[in-house]
Amino acid sequence: MKEKRSFGNKLLTVIFSVVSVIYILPIIAVLINSFKENSFVNMDPFALPNAESYMGFANYVKGVTFGNYPFFLAAFYSLLITVLSTALILVCTSMAAWYIIRVNDVLSKGLYFLCVFSMIVPFQMVMFTLSMTADKLKLNTPWTIPIIYLGFGAGLAVFMFTGFIKSIPIGIEEAAAIDGCNPFATFFRVVFPMLKSIMISVGVLEVMWVWNDYLLPYLVLDRTEYMTIPILVQYLKGSYGTVDLGATMAIIMLSILPVIIVYLFCQKYIIKGVAAGAVKG
Amino acid sequence: MSKKKKNNAAVMNSRLISRPIQRCFPLFVLPTFIAFCIGFIWPFAQGIYLSFCKFTIPQNAKFVAFQNYAKVFRDPGFLYSFFYTAAFAIVSIIVINVIAFSVAYFLTQNIKGANLFRTVFFMPNLIGGIVLGYIWSMIFDGILRKYGTFLLAKTEYGFWGLLILMCWQQVGYMMIIYIAGIQSVSEDIMEAAKIDGANKVQTLFRITIPNVMSSFTICIFLTMTNSFKLFDQNLALTGGMPVAFQPDGSMVNTTEMLALNIFNTFYTGANSRGVAQAKSVVFFLLVAALSLLQLKFTREKEVQS
Repeated sequence: MKEKRSFGNKLLTVIFSVVSVIYILPIIAVLINSFKENSFVNMDPFALPNAESYMGFANYVKGVTFGNYPFFLAAFYSLLITVLSTALILVCTSMAAWYIIRVNDVLSKGLYFLCVFSMIVPFQMVMFTLSMTADKLKLNTPWTIPIIYLGFGAGLAVFMFTGFIKSIPIGIEEAAAIDGCNPFATFFRVVFPMLKSIMISVGVLEVMWVWNDYLLPYLVLDRTEYMTIPILVQYLKGSYGTVDLGATMAIIMLSILPVIIVYLFCQKYIIKGVAAGAVKG
Repeated sequence: MSKKKKNNAAVMNSRLISRPIQRCFPLFVLPTFIAFCIGFIWPFAQGIYLSFCKFTIPQNAKFVAFQNYAKVFRDPGFLYSFFYTAAFAIVSIIVINVIAFSVAYFLTQNIKGANLFRTVFFMPNLIGGIVLGYIWSMIFDGILRKYGTFLLAKTEYGFWGLLILMCWQQVGYMMIIYIAGIQSVSEDIMEAAKIDGANKVQTLFRITIPNVMSSFTICIFLTMTNSFKLFDQNLALTGGMPVAFQPDGSMVNTTEMLALNIFNTFYTGANSRGVAQAKSVVFFLLVAALSLLQLKFTREKEVQS
């Protein structure tokens, strides 16, 4: 029984259309300016490029090469760290969460408490000692930093997984055990497939966190060799007085474009995952 | 009698599962546990210890008891950034939640294109803080240039600029939570209100808002902790500039929030790392207190509903 849309509702649609356009103006401004010559970016960021200021893709060519660190290498490391960390977090914490719920001994209760506790600790509290520890253990490469992400990000993931596993009836696992499954097979053949929806939620949260994270990789990674996109953007913008704004805008555009494309295709899961993480408290 | 038997059966059954898993402890828990020790437990414990020491690296730590903490509360930069952060938190809580709730309310009024608008409003959430900061610093500088000034010229520009940035980023997120809340208000109550002749404004204030109070609690605390922990956006937008001189001659970065203040104390030279670590502990206690307060509020709400 759908009500007929009133005049007021039509007016709201018009208003929201205008607001939506204004809302994406900042991104459009970045796009416009990425095609303009450096000195024109400063003058009027909302003006369209004209014959004088239009640069074509020169900014992009310059952007991916300037600042003595190649953009695509940073993008590669960002992607590598995000994929490895998320995969490691999903597999390890879901196993730990299953153990915590199904065994429920002193150890698992203690671990659960520590995980919940770690969720309220801000990163600044551990940032210095964590970077020192990581340095000493030689965890300062993109291949090993996922261990740090697993450690610092375990709290939220374990918390979300345990909440979900609690609601799974134990009978199915018992049936599997009686049929002769060892715990390993029970987990990966029976429990793991049932975790799909929560996996997506946790995965979305972790991907968004790791991909956009600046401070942790900045402090942990050996920056002379490895940079991620946020580190590169900060490095190019922050450390020089004379910045090529046009080229910076090109880099920013390159870094947000894939995110927006992925979002448009998977927005259902992304919005659901983010909302699930919000209600964690 | 039969109940007791059932209980026994349940215990037996769960042992069927738990015993074999327990034997697989190294496989299931150890990877997470070791990483957790490296990434959280050890740094946390060492951080607490070092906050009572004078050091440049953990190896040369010298115990100084509460000296660092005494310095923290006499540091004008830290006190300034605390009040600056608190002011920012209060303003952003009000502005973001009012906008987000209004948007959520209108988008649930059966309007055409609501899904598209929702997609657009949520999008800025996916962009990282550093990148967001530089997008907006370009825009603000462009606008302010027309008035012959620039973003870092005045503290107020940085404050309101950061507020606009945070609104742009967070309104969509909070909106999602409010939409979920509004949609879960039962149709029956709405219908009853309609039959009783309530108009839209009455329905909004008497029915919708009281029924989404739990969403308000969540969002208010989220905006608050987000403001207190804000770092990337602060660093990229103004980096704490402009600098002001205090009456006693010391310098204060006038748009520097707590997290950035701690970072700068750590890494601008290495001489005040003990103080920086003590600041981190104070910061942690503050954030933890806010989180516990949130827990208390949400628990109370749950009892009521």
